[in-house]
Amino acid sequence: MAKAKDIALDPLVNNNPIALQVLGICSALAVTTKMSTAAVMSVAVLFVLLGANMAVSAIRNLIPPSIRIIVQLTIIASLVIICDQILKAFLFDISKQLSVFVGLIITNCIVMGRAEGFAMQNDVKDSALDAVGNAGGYALVLLAVGFFRELFGSGSLFGVTILKSVNDGGWYQPNGLMVLAPSAFLLIGVFIWVVRMKKPDQVEEDFHVGELAHDAIHPEAVR
Amino acid sequence: MEHYLSLATKAIFVENMALAFFLGMCSFLAVSKKVETANGLGIAVIFVLGVTTPINQLINSSLLKDGALAWAGLGNVNLGFLTYLALIGTIAATVQVVEMAVDKFAPALYAALGVFLPLIAVNCAILGGALFMVERDYTLTEATVFGVGSGIGWWLAIVALAAVREKLKYSNVPAPLRGLGITFIVVGLMSMGFMAFSGIQL
Repeated sequence: MAKAKDIALDPLVNNNPIALQVLGICSALAVTTKMSTAAVMSVAVLFVLLGANMAVSAIRNLIPPSIRIIVQLTIIASLVIICDQILKAFLFDISKQLSVFVGLIITNCIVMGRAEGFAMQNDVKDSALDAVGNAGGYALVLLAVGFFRELFGSGSLFGVTILKSVNDGGWYQPNGLMVLAPSAFLLIGVFIWVVRMKKPDQVEEDFHVGELAHDAIHPEAVR
Repeated sequence: MEHYLSLATKAIFVENMALAFFLGMCSFLAVSKKVETANGLGIAVIFVLGVTTPINQLINSSLLKDGALAWAGLGNVNLGFLTYLALIGTIAATVQVVEMAVDKFAPALYAALGVFLPLIAVNCAILGGALFMVERDYTLTEATVFGVGSGIGWWLAIVALAAVREKLKYSNVPAPLRGLGITFIVVGLMSMGFMAFSGIQL
């Protein structure tokens, strides 16, 4: 039981997919201008990651090693299509705002990385826990970044006004930078800084963690 | 002609794949330690984007789009839901074919790019380029210009970041920020710099 807890809770902070494994950053930055898009994206990634991890783990002994990447990609792409169709049917506005980033879950390194790095070696139950943990870690960063960007950029949370902006006769002068691209990079940089101040063992002497994670996903690139 | 020039400028500077849309971030951060390797990956990305975006445009407009199968007498069939599978399949297959072709006909180029080609199949910049092309409904020529342009933009960004990081080695960065943290902040500042292009219209 202790092991199961570790698998699910470790990726939240200790081994966060975004802050430490450098996975899935593309979408993490792009969908965080609002809490609502960040939350929907987190749920979408949870769904795809859970499905992909369990499916890959269930058939892991049947996949010939030489074509495993394309098998994984097909599973992931099918799950993403389901996800996209559901979003288009029930949450059309948000699906328009997420635009291409739902499709980009296919190449989201978290999904590929966990399928390749964990689900290929472990049974279905552990893979499911691992998926929940990693999707949770991803959601945590997304919501944290989204919180600051929406609060300071538009003075609201989930579309509900918290700080009344000057334009609407309030007092808050919205910080335009927060809704633009650079703030996402700066906020994640600061987020990593804070996490590593609390956990000094994550501090890098040289930049190697990213490379290790990268080599784990793309073993064919290591020659 | 001016239309294409403006599209290219927009793809390279204003809507830079890496700095404005955060695409291809994983390899952007992991392979930007040295200018030389960054340059190799960047050129490979230009190449693959330039090849796959037009191919995907053809597939999308003649097979997948709503009413695209009219030439086969199936005007009311919409295969749009297959877009993602078709795009990623095309990209993976094209990368494989390009790798084999380069290996056969240009061994010197293969020695320089070979390592990076398989990596690129799962680079979100490539799929992102294809998805933007579908969303914005580009024609074949527009798709080619857009593909090459956004590739050049990505190359520019990764080479610039690698150059900054080579110099950064000599600075005394606070320990918890070292590595990934400071890289993010540098990319943020670069992205701010690129925002200066945002008013440009040709």
